[in-house]
Amino acid sequence: MLKIEGLTAEIDGKEILKGIDLEVPQGEVHAIMGPNGSGKSTLSYVLAGREGYEITGGTASFNGHDLLAMEPEERAATGLFLAFQYPVELPGVGNANFLRTALNAQRRSKGEPELDAMQFLKTARARMKELSMPEDMLKRGVNVGFSGGEKKRNEVLQMALLQPRVAILDETDSGLDIDALKIVADGVNAMRGPDFSAVVITHYQRLLDYIVPDRVHVLMGGRIVQTGGPELAKQLEASGYGSVQAA
Amino acid sequence: MNAPVENSLSEAGLSAAGAAGFLHRYEGLRARLPGIGLPWLAALRDRAAEAFRAQGFPTRRVEAWKYTDLAPLTQTGFGEPLTPVESALPLPRHAAPKRVVFVDGRFSAELSDADVPVRSLARHLPELEGRLGALARTDDLPLVALNTALFEDGALIELGPDEDGGVVELLSVTRADRPVTAHPRHLVRLAEGARLVLIERSWGHGESRYLHSPVFEVEVAAGAHITHARIQQEASAGLHLSTVFARVAEGGTYDSFLLHVGAKLSRSEAHVALVGPKAAAHLNGAQLLGDGQHGDCTTFLDHAAPDCPSRQTVKTVLAGRSRGVFQGKIHVHQVAQRTDGYQMNQALLLSDQAEIDSKPQLEIYADDVKCSHGATVGELDENQLFYLRARGIPAAVARSMLIEAFLQEAIEGVTEESARAALSEAVAGWWERNAA
Repeated sequence: MLKIEGLTAEIDGKEILKGIDLEVPQGEVHAIMGPNGSGKSTLSYVLAGREGYEITGGTASFNGHDLLAMEPEERAATGLFLAFQYPVELPGVGNANFLRTALNAQRRSKGEPELDAMQFLKTARARMKELSMPEDMLKRGVNVGFSGGEKKRNEVLQMALLQPRVAILDETDSGLDIDALKIVADGVNAMRGPDFSAVVITHYQRLLDYIVPDRVHVLMGGRIVQTGGPELAKQLEASGYGSVQAA
Repeated sequence: MNAPVENSLSEAGLSAAGAAGFLHRYEGLRARLPGIGLPWLAALRDRAAEAFRAQGFPTRRVEAWKYTDLAPLTQTGFGEPLTPVESALPLPRHAAPKRVVFVDGRFSAELSDADVPVRSLARHLPELEGRLGALARTDDLPLVALNTALFEDGALIELGPDEDGGVVELLSVTRADRPVTAHPRHLVRLAEGARLVLIERSWGHGESRYLHSPVFEVEVAAGAHITHARIQQEASAGLHLSTVFARVAEGGTYDSFLLHVGAKLSRSEAHVALVGPKAAAHLNGAQLLGDGQHGDCTTFLDHAAPDCPSRQTVKTVLAGRSRGVFQGKIHVHQVAQRTDGYQMNQALLLSDQAEIDSKPQLEIYADDVKCSHGATVGELDENQLFYLRARGIPAAVARSMLIEAFLQEAIEGVTEESARAALSEAVAGWWERNAA
């Protein structure tokens, strides 16, 4: 279970998160919706451990582990995965080398045997096929020269390989056409099960047609202001965030 | 046999520090230096000694030495290497199937492989009148003057027309159990259409300060091609001051890659002249400098003929309290129309106490020329680091991946696989020593 209580955080002295309370039980997929500047990306970065944010109060834990006390790589090793809104380009780092290094780092931290190059390639190729990714994307530099859709598919590929227990998908739908959106959604849906939970952060309702959430939260002004079932997303689509503010 | 110079000083005896000490040594050794019986060579050595006397060691007041201080050299008293060479001398693994080994500047037949197209220069001096010293300037380069006066041996590589010399490793080992100096003189001559891959490594054993100061003269005739991978892996207290002169005729290529990973202080100078149309030069390199190290890559590239391309990418990684220097001068003569020159210098600073000095200099006298240069200095990108760590990759591994990626571009340009592999291994070795 991902559990966030009273989380406040600021960047450069400006308070962005003003007391987030959120519980995502194991096996559930929750959506966080909200307008630009509401703190959605800040929340995802704070949970993943990016530097530059000052946590001023509250707690965040995953299955009892205090996330905020851990290094980013330790959070990943406990099963947390952040799909980046803007995947980072790593010129000179081959995608295959990157994926295998990440996978083996996590396997090592769990005491599992590392995969050799052949075992890794076999696994990676199978996952890539499911995501309709051309095989030469393994040979290229990480995200270098990838289209927006390829970058997002590369994020989902990483998730499929690393098999996290909780995934935060930060606007994974942005920049995707409808075909790519379906592929990405299928990738996420394939992960769903009793040991996987996800927080799907999105501005639009569109993605939630394909990844149907158990709960929908509305984040505005650094707080969760409303929570409901999937129908809340449809309602927001129809009447906009202004209606929430009025509520 | 190659007659080694007898020890002129007792085991503990060191000559005075500074230029005076070296001149005194020249006077003491002169009568026993190889080839001193050849009038042309005796005159060459004496002129060089005089040129060194007139100049002394360069100080930082000399423009070309503004960023590199030779105090560690001039404040040390040096002595002669001891003989003989122990056959049990530990050596690094081969970087190429065939290699020749020089110990303290002298050819070691015992440690070298057979059937390598490399001979001992000292044994062939009578044949080399007019060739030895044809490229190396002594009047304004005191370290070259010192080498010319004091050299005892070196590699002699002469390939005939269209001859393929294959891949050869030239390993120079200095035994640093006491402060010794080695001034090997290497002569490489490729006739028309000849080819050679030369993997040159400088290696040191021991804790003492020492000086390894080789000079190369490389003649590349029309259509000939040499890949010159230079791997400086001196011991940690070593001083490495090397100079390469190369002259490239029509359609020939001097393709070099310089790697500085060892030594307390190193400076590698390259003086390359493109003297025939479509002659090409690649002067790429990387410096990996840890705490207390100083590395200086200085190049002078002369475009003296039309239609010549030159490429130069030099990357420097600086950790701890280290200092890196890049000086790259390109001189395009009036005759050198349609010159295509590219120069890029990039530095990655891993510590607040590291320093890089970068000085590109372009002098262009032709009007139809494409010449670009650039320099960047940066730190590791925080976004990239976070991305890797967010995937579970420990911070130290993430940093090494990004540094390797930074170097990758430079090393990828080395098309000879054997040379690239040797360079990659040296980079990996540096990382293993400096990662912790």
